This record gives sequence, structure tokens and C-alpha cells, in this order.
Amino acid sequence: MAYKIITSQCTVCGACEFECPNAAITLKNDLYVINPKKCTECAGHFDMAQCAAVCPVPNTCVPA
Amino acid sequence: MAQLVGLETLMPAGAQDMRAALDGQGCSSSSCGSSSGPSDMPAEIWEKVKDHPCYSEEAHHYFARMHVAVAPACNIQCNYCNRKYDCANESRPGVVSEKLTPVQARRKVISVANEVPQLSVLGIAGPGDACYDWRKTRETFELISADIPDIKLCLSTNGLMLPDRVDEIERMNIDHVTITINMVDPEIGTKIYPWIFYQNRRWTGLDASKILHERQMLGLEMLTARGILTKINSVMIPGVNDQHLMEVNRVVKGKGAFLHNIMPLISDPAHGTHYGLTGQRGPRAMELKALQDKLSDGTKLMRHCRQCRADAVGLLGEDRGQEFTMDLVADEVEYDPTKRETYREVVAEERGQHVAARQKVDVALASVDADEAMLVAVATKGGGRINQHFGHAKEFQIYEVSPAGVTFVGHRKAEQYCEGGWGEDATLDGVIAALEGVRVILCAKIGDCPRESLSAAGIEATDAFAHDWIEAGISGWYAREHASYARQIA
Repeated sequence: MAYKIITSQCTVCGACEFECPNAAITLKNDLYVINPKKCTECAGHFDMAQCAAVCPVPNTCVPA
Repeated sequence: MAQLVGLETLMPAGAQDMRAALDGQGCSSSSCGSSSGPSDMPAEIWEKVKDHPCYSEEAHHYFARMHVAVAPACNIQCNYCNRKYDCANESRPGVVSEKLTPVQARRKVISVANEVPQLSVLGIAGPGDACYDWRKTRETFELISADIPDIKLCLSTNGLMLPDRVDEIERMNIDHVTITINMVDPEIGTKIYPWIFYQNRRWTGLDASKILHERQMLGLEMLTARGILTKINSVMIPGVNDQHLMEVNRVVKGKGAFLHNIMPLISDPAHGTHYGLTGQRGPRAMELKALQDKLSDGTKLMRHCRQCRADAVGLLGEDRGQEFTMDLVADEVEYDPTKRETYREVVAEERGQHVAARQKVDVALASVDADEAMLVAVATKGGGRINQHFGHAKEFQIYEVSPAGVTFVGHRKAEQYCEGGWGEDATLDGVIAALEGVRVILCAKIGDCPRESLSAAGIEATDAFAHDWIEAGISGWYAREHASYARQIA
């Protein structure tokens, strides 16, 4: 149970990084990646996955 | 009379050269009806805006701004924006900004301050939202104002997170804030904003626009209450909010906005924006002017906006960003205030002369026996003079002249006619279209061929006032058109 980022569509704006309640998103080699071990899909925190809710590009933060 | 240089050529110069370049007898720099000069506003406000090119039309001839693209994250989606290419209304299409960390931004700003004496303002305009991507915005301002304490800080925002930042904005002495407000009616907002991200969820439809509207109004009221100058940017979208902007103007003015800037929608399918892809058009220059004219009654209206990139550097209308990309910026930089200080002294002197000279033009024009208002296009490289060749102009400054005076009304972008000595007829057609409604072009020089083509299209082009101050040239031309007027201001 985790989200992933489709890097080819990512604009590297970083909004998901600071919205993530689990600090699961980090910048690696100029690309944002989600650590599946930390990602909870925001269960217990919010109604919706924060990365997907804030991401400006459709279908870029998606269930892995 | 007068000198031939644009301010950009002043860079390496000392005070004497700067003075020589700016100095001239006779007349005025520019008078914009609203934000023109000290007579229009209380002294403490003038003190705040006089060196800010975006807040003072008069200042934009002398002072430069730079934007640093440190805030890429945004919390709303606008139909005129495609995040892949940055915001279309902040940035020219297809060119992705070089995103900077706050530490890189400090190096870049110091490098520019050492090279560009006109630099007076540091702004953060995204490319996302400065108030949403707040940690980076705050760190950047703190780092840079530690090195250059007199640089003016400003930011632009969509307003959604603004109320949460006002205390810090005040504490950090950011005294210019721009809010983009495209509507005060959430129903209209639904056609502009597909969604917003607020309090950990995505809102769509009317809910989204209601929240955004309420937050924008709250932010504006809070800024006004603290005496922070607030400019409102509105994107004019024909058929969506063009008529409604009268109401926006009334509301924001009532809440104490200092300036209202109506910007034309930039829309092109190639930008991949919702409006671009669905064929929503932008307004024509004369439609924009008609709206601005309706709003200008009693309102401070900004007409010199260049909708510049989120990483622009230089005087408005020029972009020297490419000279200061990170690969060209030194690793270790140290601020040297000498050039900026010298330049300021020179400009202060120069401005005193302009005020007197502008009054002279006004007196002279008032005696012209005519009641016709005419639009005049000017090719200028800055410094308030008619000093650019027609073929080199990428934009023209548009003035309206009548016995009531010379008023700056805006600028029109045009493709540069002359490319390495060759003029293109197709380009000239574009220039003619861009100059709809204009009677005459005043420039430093123009070839016979384009002059004749322009004349056939009903636009006079002349270099008779080359290197004059803009107002002097315009009133001189107007006088010539109305022969009863004696050449009092030659």
C-alpha cells in the first residue's frame, strides 16, 4: 500500500514533499521519489493522498 | 540635443558617464496618469514606490527588478497555466525556468547587483506560489537582505495562503505584495479555477472559488491594515471575466489596493493550457485599452506591466536573465554596493529636472488649439528617451497625447523587424497589426522601405524627434500636426 511518482510527468515542483505527512518523499538526483516503506497513502492522517491531491499534473502521483 | 544611450549601456561606467548618459536639457521622462510622481500621492507612499519599476511607471525607466525562481510549488490550478512550462502569465512559453535553491538565489542576486546598477527590487513570483512555497521564499529573502539591506523585497501570490503569511511579511519588511485576483464572484471563478488545494484537501467547483475568494479578500484587508502596498493583478479573459473586472476593480479599490493591473490573457495551444487547448482567445490591444480607460477614472491603474518571467532580470521590457544563469555565476560572491549607490545619486538629480521639464510640456500642450486625443508609439531603450531604431524594437511604448497632456497608456509587443540588416515584410504586417489605433511611430531611425509600407497602412513613422525625451518628442509631433501651435517646447 503505497503511492509512486511517474517521473516522466513530474515537474519537480516539490509540493508533494512538504505535504506528505510521513516524510516519505525526497529528492534524489533531481527527481522526487516516494519511499514505499514510509508511504501509508495518508491513511489515518487525511481523507485523500496528499501528494495526489496537490500534484499539478493529472495521474502523476498514483497508487503503485 | 541629448544623448544616445540606453541605460543598459551604463553598466561599467562611473558617475560622470552615468550622468552624461541620463542628462538632457528640456523635458521630462514619462508621465503615467496614475503612478507618475510625487504629486499624486502622500510622501511616505512615494518614498516606498519611487524606485520600484512595477509600482511606479516613472521608476520603470530607471530601475530594474529581478525575480528569482525559488518557489516552484503551487496550490491552485488556473486554466491559463500549465505547470509543465511554468505559469504562462509569469513566463514566456516553452522556456522552463532554472529553478534555484535559496543559496543559489543569493549568489545570483549578488552577482546581478554587482553588475546592474539599476537593480532596486528583488521579487519572488513563483514560478509556483511564493506564499505556498513559503519556506523557500522566506529563506531567500532572509539570506539576501542580510547582504543587501536596501534591496526592496516583493512577492506575488494567488492569495490562498497569504493570510497565514502576513505577520512574517510585515516582520521581514516586504512592503510590496501582488495578489492575482481574477474575480470577486465565485461563479465566475469556476470558469477560471478547476481546483485548489487547501487544508489538506483538493476542492473543486464553486467550493474552490469561494474559498479562494474569501482568502484573497482577507489577505488584501490584512495587508492594507498594516500599510503594506498591495497591487492587484487581473488576467483579462474575454467572455469570462472581461466585463466583471469593473466590479473587481471597485471591490479591490474599496479594500485599499494601491494599484490595479489588468493583464491580457496569454493563450496559445502550444502552451498546453486549458484555455490554449480549448481556443479561449486573449484580448486585442484595443480591447485591453478600452477596459483600462473605463477603469482609469479615479483609480491607480498600472499600464506598463510586461508580464515578465519568474526569473526575469533587468529593466522592464528587457530580460538579461540569460547573462546570469547559474553556470555563469561565481561560486563565491561578495556584494559591492558602489555602482548601485552611484547610480541612485545620479537618478535622484535627474528626476528633479524631469519634474520641472514635464510641467513645461503640460503648459505648452494646454495651449494647443485641438481636442483630438492621438495614440503615439515610441521605440525606446529606456532612460525616458526616443532612442531605439525602429527595426530593433521588440516592443513599443504607447502614449496618448491631447491638450490635457501626454499619458502613458501601455506597451505593445511586436516581432523585431530587422534581423541582421534584413527586414521581413511578413514581420512588418505583424507590427502594423500590433499598432492598431496608433497614428505615428517615433523612433531613433527608420529605413525608407518600412516607412513607406507603414505610411501605406496609415501609420506615420519618423525619426525627426530622435533622442528627444519622450514627452518632448510627442508634444513636438502633436504640435506639428496642429499647426496653430507654436513650437514652444523645442
